[in-house]
Amino acid sequence: MSLRARGGRLAVIAIPYGWLLVFFLLPFLVVARISVSEMETTTIKDIVTWKDGAIAFSVKFGNYLLLLQDDLYLRTYASSLVYAAVTTVLCLLIGYPFAYFMARSRLALQPALLMLVMLPFWTSFLLRVYAWKALLTEQGLAANAIESIGLDRLLAAAHLIPGPGQLMNTPFSLILGMTYTYLPFMILPLYSNLAKMDLRLLEAAADLGANAWTAFWKVTVPLSRAGVIAGAMLVFIPCVGEYVIPELLGGPQTQMIGRTLWDEFFSNNDWPMACAVAVTMVLLVIVPLAVFSRYQGEATARAA
Amino acid sequence: MRASAVNRIFARSWLALGYAFLYVPIVALVVYSFNDSPVANVWRGFTLRWYVALASDRELLAGLALSLKVAFATACASVVLGTLAAFALVRYRRFFGGTLFSGMVAAPLVMPEVIIGLSLLLMLVSLQRATEAAFGVGFPERGMLTIWLGHVLLGMAYATVVVRARLQTLNPQLEEAALDLGARPWQVFWLVTLPMIGQALLSALLLTFTLSLDDVVLSAFLSGPGATTMPLVIFSRARLGLNPSVNAVATIIIALVAIGVVAASFVLARNERRRAADVATAKQEPAA
Repeated sequence: MSLRARGGRLAVIAIPYGWLLVFFLLPFLVVARISVSEMETTTIKDIVTWKDGAIAFSVKFGNYLLLLQDDLYLRTYASSLVYAAVTTVLCLLIGYPFAYFMARSRLALQPALLMLVMLPFWTSFLLRVYAWKALLTEQGLAANAIESIGLDRLLAAAHLIPGPGQLMNTPFSLILGMTYTYLPFMILPLYSNLAKMDLRLLEAAADLGANAWTAFWKVTVPLSRAGVIAGAMLVFIPCVGEYVIPELLGGPQTQMIGRTLWDEFFSNNDWPMACAVAVTMVLLVIVPLAVFSRYQGEATARAA
Repeated sequence: MRASAVNRIFARSWLALGYAFLYVPIVALVVYSFNDSPVANVWRGFTLRWYVALASDRELLAGLALSLKVAFATACASVVLGTLAAFALVRYRRFFGGTLFSGMVAAPLVMPEVIIGLSLLLMLVSLQRATEAAFGVGFPERGMLTIWLGHVLLGMAYATVVVRARLQTLNPQLEEAALDLGARPWQVFWLVTLPMIGQALLSALLLTFTLSLDDVVLSAFLSGPGATTMPLVIFSRARLGLNPSVNAVATIIIALVAIGVVAASFVLARNERRRAADVATAKQEPAA
């Protein structure tokens, strides 16, 4: 390789690498540092100070202790994980058959079907969440539909809404909003996976005596594992820290950790506490994040 | 075959219900924007007054102007950085710290935005305090620049995904051939690689533009006094309740996106057909 080509290679790697180190990784270190710092009225005390010729080292783990001891924080973490998990499962239940039928429909039709899934993704996410507010408040279209088939009684019995007819600002409206928003993120990687599948494998299974159902469970489902994992991570991880949807569609009962972080920062002005919440949130999603990073190449290849 | 007929009906209704789920809220937004009632969810007849009101809505228009500026700058920077990152990942797979790099590139795709926003803000605030102590002038001031930095972080991740997917399908022999024929690396990039990934760059540009135009959380953390983007205005109104002006804005955005995406996909489909025809003739020529 010539010297020039090597210089080009270095620049291609170094520019985005440096950018990410400075604007993505370094900020996390700043947050980790502030989370163990003391707050002095408006400034943050340095961890390492130079006093009387000696280095004073003060690290405060009080924020983390509070996070572990306070019931409210623990419950918030738990409910964030539960809401994210329920949303992921719902997206999978709706999205898997959807992606499957898309991938098995006529070839000429598929680009149009794919574009129809991606089109809402291009229109404002904020506005689509807001739309549910109008649909679910009293007299709204969805609210009327749900009440007319008596679904609200069922939801009330399941404690997802406080009583019949009260759909907004409940766990139900929150889960509905998150499922709606993240469904395309589940469908796209699943579709790209299922569309690539070699259909001759199914013929082979049929030749070997498997009926359609057995072939589906023994061939199609195991082969789509990468798509399922990628889709699940694309839904689960952002849902854990979701802020806009709980704020617009959730209620006082539906505490989520993203909202707690926001309130600590904007309302309480407690930066170290907000940072401690952020650090624990990162720890919470780091394992799913590593899994995602492994499967993401395949996952998002078709999202373009 | 009765079973397959039942299957087909089931498949079609599942798809139809799924699309209905995806589109009902969007249709409702549009319909209610023409509703002559301040209560946005009860129909009282047709009106255009919310659109007329938009024209004199200073707050929203100022937000729109800022959002468009930020979105344009974000799209340009994201595509440049994303393309570099995609090249690094696809062409030079193994290099020092490569795992960390690919992790950092992918992380903003899923990382909760509150974390990205908080951490970037606190770093910038620390930087500002440090520069203020050292030079007497704090830099950077919270505002358009800081919002742009946050959006580029997110946009870069998406741009990388889009460009990377295209790069992986490219035949490296074409570039090697150009090199063998004496082209310099820069010429190869401009004359061979760039035309082949042009469409991916264009869709990355559009995607990052719309992402930036839509972002609430990062902007909320990184904006300063006087720098309020359009989504922040919409979000603060939506938080308070239903607001017909939001529906009117939504309708305009939806119309623009729909026109843009449909037009773009027509152009892409035509180019694809033309390319396929070129490939076919090129294959026939040696035989003729």
